[in-house]
Amino acid sequence: MREKAVKKGIYFMNGDHACCEGAIAAGCRFFAGYPITPATEVAERMSVRLPQVGGIYIQMEDEIASMAAILGASWGGAKAMTSTSGPGFSLMMENIGLAVCTETPCVICNVQRAGPSTGLPTNVAQGDMMQARWGSHGHYEIIALAPSSPQEMFDLTIRAFNLSEEFRVPVLIMADEVVGHMNERVVIPDEAEIEIVNRRKPEVSPEAYLPYRPGPDGVPRLPDCGDGYRIHVTGLTHDERGYPVMNAQAQAQMVERIVNKIRRNREKIIKTRSYYLDDAKVVVIAYGITFRSARSAVEEARQAGLKVGLIKLETVWPFPEELVRSVAKEVKALIVAEINMGQMVLEVERCAAGRCPVHLVSHAGGTVIRPERIREGIVSALKRKRRR
Amino acid sequence: MTARKKELPPHPMDHLLRVDRIPHIWCPGCGIGTVFGGILAAIQKSAFDLDRLAMVSGIGCTGRMAGYIKVDSFHTTHGRAIPFATGLKLARPDIKVIVASGDGDLFAIGGNHFIHAARRNIDMTVICVNNLNYGMTGGQQAPSTPLGFKTTTTPEGSPEEPFNFCHLADTCGAVYVARWTALHIRLLTNSIAEAMQKRGFSFVEVLCPCPSAFGRRNRLGSALDTLKLYHDRSVIKNDIDTKGAVIDFSGEIVVGKFVDRTRQTFLDYYQTIVCHKESEENSAEATK
Repeated sequence: MREKAVKKGIYFMNGDHACCEGAIAAGCRFFAGYPITPATEVAERMSVRLPQVGGIYIQMEDEIASMAAILGASWGGAKAMTSTSGPGFSLMMENIGLAVCTETPCVICNVQRAGPSTGLPTNVAQGDMMQARWGSHGHYEIIALAPSSPQEMFDLTIRAFNLSEEFRVPVLIMADEVVGHMNERVVIPDEAEIEIVNRRKPEVSPEAYLPYRPGPDGVPRLPDCGDGYRIHVTGLTHDERGYPVMNAQAQAQMVERIVNKIRRNREKIIKTRSYYLDDAKVVVIAYGITFRSARSAVEEARQAGLKVGLIKLETVWPFPEELVRSVAKEVKALIVAEINMGQMVLEVERCAAGRCPVHLVSHAGGTVIRPERIREGIVSALKRKRRR
Repeated sequence: MTARKKELPPHPMDHLLRVDRIPHIWCPGCGIGTVFGGILAAIQKSAFDLDRLAMVSGIGCTGRMAGYIKVDSFHTTHGRAIPFATGLKLARPDIKVIVASGDGDLFAIGGNHFIHAARRNIDMTVICVNNLNYGMTGGQQAPSTPLGFKTTTTPEGSPEEPFNFCHLADTCGAVYVARWTALHIRLLTNSIAEAMQKRGFSFVEVLCPCPSAFGRRNRLGSALDTLKLYHDRSVIKNDIDTKGAVIDFSGEIVVGKFVDRTRQTFLDYYQTIVCHKESEENSAEATK
């Protein structure tokens, strides 16, 4: 029954399954979830694979319980994840906040479908991007990644676990229905080639230990349950002892730290890919499946001699502000393509800050954005005269 | 304050307490401290390895227990102590997991998790302090509030029939079900110790005075008066059909150990059905 955790080889695999293989390769040994289209295949694959590698799969009674269970498992020392789509993602929000506040490593894969509400369960959208950023109450920072292929479902899931362990923050994989369901070539490398990050444990004795005193990177060194430190973990505002303290000073100290541990490590966390930026007059920004359409449109436009570039967001949160600011200074216009009525475009507009116009190519969801529409956007942006 | 604390002789339970967090937040006359003392005494009696013991709580007055016990302790979100504890237990089967929370937390907002954890027979001990209302928020209606009793959100009296938690736990498959009151401290302590020895989902309900909110609105007098009521009305009926284990302030308050049975746990079945391992192998692994 025991099988390899990293199944080295070349596969024809869908994105949901690739996400599972990435998770298990990263060390995930606990999955709690609830069936939901189009993320069900993640749970199904996990129910097969986890028992093969000594892990636990459990189908919980809802997504609230799933999210709570992965936090419990994470404190038990397991690398833990869940997967869902829009309606379930909404239900997970409160405990995502608990994970942020208690600094519990965990990974949530959201295979996005069209909303609001039940929406189009079997069809693609990218409408949960702002919910990923702000969905739980209170002010916090979070990490979210956007894979654009089954291969990236594998690669970015490993990265999600590594970031989660390093910064003790929930990491969201903001996939989408097409990336989740499409079958493509997935290369699973040798185990030795995969970089794995594990959470850092306390280095002092239980007597001298303050659980929520951060290391130099702003991240506390926390033990697992059962390590003998007998710590208290609470979703109330707490001090370095982990004890509840009900005042504005403790609030400022805790919230500023959990925000800054992400903000100050932005360079380490943010990954983007840029194409043809050198001489570009117009630059398209896209992520997830829409990056694939954008790339096709940009390649075609380049072949026709149009000076267009492309930025792919692999990390969507924290948002790559510096890059967008610097590009906005050099170009005639930015184009954001995304399957929603305009979400990440708000961030791009904020960073462009009037240095160049920002155009949105989008629709409400249900299908991918066709490359032709992005191409049209490029052509009209290049033609447009800049208003002064 | 600190100076005065230093003068006090050590309490025999100090090693189980986060003494630097005392005084606690519970109101004078509240029964939660008594139940908490019972839990600590049961832990002491059972001689568990304290490094392999965890308490998980939800939100509410009882939810604060996790903040005072000196073992690994988790104060989670409202209603979610049980699913959190489920993840913890499944990831670390060697850790003894106690869930301590209130009636509203476990049976209103967390009701769905309770029934499924009992059905799955997740190995944990759930202790419910039932004070018949939401104390932390000032005394609102709970799924335990008796018909016709007053709370801040049922000023004319509650128009709902309450749950019988023990009957619910029984029918959902709990392997151990008992009810006591904050007056039955020795029986309660023994019962908690017994529940913790069970493999599987064990449940102990403790009826508890809330003089600041429930007692005051229903003119039940002081905490002592409520304990007198428990004294006069409680009837021990061990092994009774839980359907008949009623809480009736003008009739009988039925207490006792109602259920004590053996069932395979989630992890037992997971090993045999999912992992195709022999059951002997599991028990060897479980004790590692």
